[in-house]
Amino acid sequence: MDVFEILKVSFDSLKANKLRSFLTMLGVIIGVAAVILLVSIGEGARRYIRTELGGLGTNILIVVPGKTAKEGGTHMGTSSVRKLVYDDAVLIKKRSVHVQYAVPVIVGTSWVKYRNKNRDTYIVGVTEDYFPARNLSIESGRALGSNDVETKRRVCILGRTVKRDLFGDVNPLGATIKIGDERYRVIGIMQKKGVTLGYDLDDVVFIPTPVAMDLFDTDALFNITVKARGEQSIDAAKRDIRKLLIHRHAGREDFTILSQDEMLDVMGKVLNIMTAVLAGIAAISLIVGGIGIMNIMLVSVRERTKEIGIRKAVGAKNRDILFQFLVESTVVSVTGGAGGILLGVSVGMAIPLFVKFLPTSIAWWSVVLAFFFSALVGIFFGVYPARKAALYDPIVALRHE
Amino acid sequence: MKELIILQGIKKIYDLGKNRVEVLKGIDLSVNQGEFVAIMGPSGSGKSTLLNIIGCLDRPTEGRYLFEGNDVSNKSNDELAEIRNRKIGFVFQSFNLLPGMSAVKNVELPLLYSGVSGPERRALALEMLQRVGLSHRAEHKPPEMSGGEQQRVAIARALVNNPLVILADEPTGNLDSRSGTEIMEIFKHLHQEGTTIVLVTHERAVAGYAERVITIKDGVCMDGCF
Repeated sequence: MDVFEILKVSFDSLKANKLRSFLTMLGVIIGVAAVILLVSIGEGARRYIRTELGGLGTNILIVVPGKTAKEGGTHMGTSSVRKLVYDDAVLIKKRSVHVQYAVPVIVGTSWVKYRNKNRDTYIVGVTEDYFPARNLSIESGRALGSNDVETKRRVCILGRTVKRDLFGDVNPLGATIKIGDERYRVIGIMQKKGVTLGYDLDDVVFIPTPVAMDLFDTDALFNITVKARGEQSIDAAKRDIRKLLIHRHAGREDFTILSQDEMLDVMGKVLNIMTAVLAGIAAISLIVGGIGIMNIMLVSVRERTKEIGIRKAVGAKNRDILFQFLVESTVVSVTGGAGGILLGVSVGMAIPLFVKFLPTSIAWWSVVLAFFFSALVGIFFGVYPARKAALYDPIVALRHE
Repeated sequence: MKELIILQGIKKIYDLGKNRVEVLKGIDLSVNQGEFVAIMGPSGSGKSTLLNIIGCLDRPTEGRYLFEGNDVSNKSNDELAEIRNRKIGFVFQSFNLLPGMSAVKNVELPLLYSGVSGPERRALALEMLQRVGLSHRAEHKPPEMSGGEQQRVAIARALVNNPLVILADEPTGNLDSRSGTEIMEIFKHLHQEGTTIVLVTHERAVAGYAERVITIKDGVCMDGCF
């Protein structure tokens, strides 16, 4: 049997019903495009979060109060939870050789005022180690120094958004702003960080932790941000911190140490499920497309009953007829699959240009998978109509008008 | 002379629920190689059914059918397809060409199923079209042709695989008398070249081309069966 001839026959028959063929393909096109597109959105989110969490700085551990399930992420705020305090951070750094930095962090919100301009913003209390630990850069001026922290100087470093809102184009270095009721001297401006995970990292003011403790009248830390000395020391650092804090907290592990990998793991799990769900939904539309192929192939077989009779009369075997119709349905689905790839990939690449908050990343495995799945759908849903055609009685088929 | 086709007690019965229709009631018949036989009879006499059985398109309900000395009664569908493909050429009343394909593609069709390569198929098909005087219409599609031309394409298709026998079912039935005569002249010519022909008709003039006329009535052979 001449495969090229059969392919030609299939294409001719599809060309003879252009609109119908196209509409049939459309089901597959949409299905394949949907698979590629939805997976690319899932993949994009994964990549986005990976880079964002990577921006945290490498070898970072974050100690938060409260024992939480890993998946939970935030502490439950039960009364038996002992707070983390400034000295916890100091001791972690002092006692563990695996820890390079341990920064007590306090976070709160407050009004920030400069002359007649003001803004409600995040106030983050940190120590001088915070900037090297998190790979944060100062654009102009200087970072916090150990003097600032030890002597509780009222100095601050502004994020870009706060600087723009309060100062506009004026150079803020050396100026005095009001946070709460106290005056602070501006000593530095942060480099632009952009919007991360939905909120503006530039809408922030850094002040020394001891000053923040006074400002918010609390000694409970938001977290302790720890940087291990290297990748190999992460586990050791974790062990040291746990031992130390359990000892300080009267034998209770009422805190949680999160590593970047764990956060990535948790996020990755969630994203895997999300991607699988999206791909599954898209796959359903592919199957619906396959049913469309079956439907139209059944119509086509019926319409061409006479042709089947003629072919059989001149010697076509059952398998010749079966093959011909199977090729035809496969051509529909594979052509549709190719169209779907074109559509899915181009829309996937175009989305980030128009929708800023939706990063996409074309997963090439999904392209290959969608294509093969579409070919499979064509064969699977083509078998029944093709078998029906192949089993026609030649006499009955010939008499059909 | 060698017997190409031997029918022994061939019956064809259609079971339509309560109605049992006996279309053929036991036909004994043989056709020799090189013979030109016409089967005549009124409509409904079962002559087309008989031809379909001879052509391996249909199966008898009872009886034995020997083609080239082989019993074909219990051959598989695929084996029958193979016989139709290589040893039998069909010519139908309504031509039965594929309307979407050119004349030459239609003639190529049987070769497609006997595994002949593309270029060879085309060459053979063009040769056959020349034999029926239609070389100039090779790339035309059936709807663009007259009835006589279409029937000539069908004859070319029947001949292309060099079959042992040509079976024609009312080949002039849909044609005007002039085209009909042309077609019969072609059959006559083929017969003179040695082709075995079995033809079904209800026209005396057409049957007049044959060496022997078999008459069938109500599924029974009245005359000419031996």
